[in-house]
Amino acid sequence: MVRTTILGAGLLLLGSVSLVSAPLASETSDTNSGIDPQADRQALRDFYTQRFPDVPLEEHKNGVYAFDEGAREQWLEMEDFPPYEIAVDDGAELYETPFADGKGYPDCFGDGAVKGRYPHYDEVRSEVVTLEMAINDCRADHGEAPLAYDGAEITRLTAYMAYVSRGQIIDVALPEGEGPLAAYEAGKRFYSTRRGQLNFACSSCHVQLAGNRLRAERLSASLGQVTHWPVYRFKWQDVGSLHLRFNECNSQVGAEPFPPQSEEYRNLEYFLSYMSNGLALNGPASRK
Amino acid sequence: MNRLLALILLFGVTGWMGTQAETGEADLSALERGKAIAFDRNAGNCLSCHMMDDGELPGNSGPPLIQMQVRFPDRAVLRQQIWDPTIRNPQTVMPPYGKNLVLSEEEIDLVVDYVLSL
Ligand code: HEC
Ligand code: HEC
Repeated sequence: MVRTTILGAGLLLLGSVSLVSAPLASETSDTNSGIDPQADRQALRDFYTQRFPDVPLEEHKNGVYAFDEGAREQWLEMEDFPPYEIAVDDGAELYETPFADGKGYPDCFGDGAVKGRYPHYDEVRSEVVTLEMAINDCRADHGEAPLAYDGAEITRLTAYMAYVSRGQIIDVALPEGEGPLAAYEAGKRFYSTRRGQLNFACSSCHVQLAGNRLRAERLSASLGQVTHWPVYRFKWQDVGSLHLRFNECNSQVGAEPFPPQSEEYRNLEYFLSYMSNGLALNGPASRK
Repeated sequence: MNRLLALILLFGVTGWMGTQAETGEADLSALERGKAIAFDRNAGNCLSCHMMDDGELPGNSGPPLIQMQVRFPDRAVLRQQIWDPTIRNPQTVMPPYGKNLVLSEEEIDLVVDYVLSL
C-alpha cells in the first residue's frame, strides 16, 4: 500500500511535467510559435533536481554511474585501464595521416579539439551539422571519399577528437528563428513520442522512469546523454556512436531504426545537446 | 435406492476424473504457461517493472503484483489493465499488450489467470 502511494505521487508529479515539459513550456512560453527551448531546459533541470536531490546536475554526464553506487565502483575500476584507449590511439594515427592531396584533418580542425562546436544548426545549409558530418565534409573538400557513418574508422577519429576535447562545456546556441526552432522541435518531439509495439517514448524511460530499474538495469537521465561519445561498450566489444545507441534503444521497444546521421537523429542529438548545455564533455567513455 | 447410488457413483466418479484430468494437471500447466509468458523477456517481460512471484531481479517501476484477487475482484478489470493500461492512465509506461498485439488474446488470458493466482 505504501509503495503504491509513493508510486502514485511520483506519477502525478510526472504527469505535470509530462514528457519533457510540453505543457509547462506552453504555459510559460511567450514566443509566437509556442516553442520555448529555454523553458524546456529549465523544466527538465528542475525535474532531475527533484528526482535526484543528491546528484549535482553536472554529474549526469556519467550516465547511470551518477547515481548507481554499485555499478559506479566497477566502472571506476574499469577506467583504470580504459577500454577505449586503443581506439583513441588508432584515431590519433588516422587523424595525422595525410590525404592524397597532402593535406589532412589538421587543416580542417587544427589540433582536433573541436567537439564542443557540434552539433550546431547551420543556417546556410538549413540543417543540423554534427562532428561526423564535418569529418566527411573535410574529406570531400580534399577529394576523399566519405567514411561510412557506422564504420570503425569514423568512430576512431571521433574517439580521438572527443578525447582532446575533454573538458569543453556544451554550449549549443539558443535555437532561434524558423530553421533552428523547427529542428529543435523535431528532436524534442522524437524524444517524447511513443513508438513501437511497446509504446515507449525515449522520455518514458529516461524521464518518467529515470533512476528506476528495468529488471537489473538502472535508467539514466536525459541530461548528460550526449556528453561522452563514442562509448566503448562491453556488449559491443568496441566503440560505437551515439546514433548506434539511439538505434539500440529504438529496437528494444520494437520501433523502426533510422540510419546514423539521418535528419531524425541529428535533430534528436541537437535537442539533447541543448538540454545538456553547461555540462562538460567527457568522451570517450566506457559502459556495460 | 439403486438409482440414487448409481447417481452418487456416477457424479463421484466423473467429479474425481475431472479433478485429475482438468482441474488438476490441466490448470496447473495453464498457470505455468501464464507464468512463462509473464516472465519471458521476449513476451510479457512483466518482471522488468513488477516484483512478482519468485521472479529474479525484478524492476521497480510498477507496484508489486501480490494479493491480486483482493485488488482485482473483477477479472475483466485486470484483463483490461493488461490489454491496454492507457485506458486507465494515459500517461502510464506499461505497454498495451493486447491493443498493440504484443501478446495474443489467448496468451493474455493465460497471464490474467496466472496474475490472479498471485
Ligand atoms: C524501454 C526503456 C528505454 C527506452 C524506451 C529508451 N531507452 Fe535509452 N536506454 C535504456 C537503457 C536500459 C539504457 C542503458 C542504461 C542507461 O545508460 O540508461 C539506455 C541507454 C541510453 C543511452 C546511453 C546513456 C549513456 O550514458 O551512455 C542513450 C543516449 C539513450 N539510451 C537514448 C535513448 C533514446 C534517444 C531513446 C528513444 C529513441 C531511448 N533511449 C529509449 C532504456 C530505454
Ligand atoms: C515498463 C513498465 C511495465 C511493464 C513492462 C509492465 N507493467 Fe504493469 N504497471 C506498470 C506501472 C508503472 C503500473 C502502475 C499503474 C499505472 O502506471 O497506471 C502498472 C500497473 C499494473 C497493474 C495494476 C496494479 C494495481 O494494483 O493497480 C497490473 C495488474 C499490472 N501492471 C500487470 C502487468 C503485467 C501482467 C505485465 C506483463 C504482461 C506488466 N504489468 C508489465 C509498469 C509496467
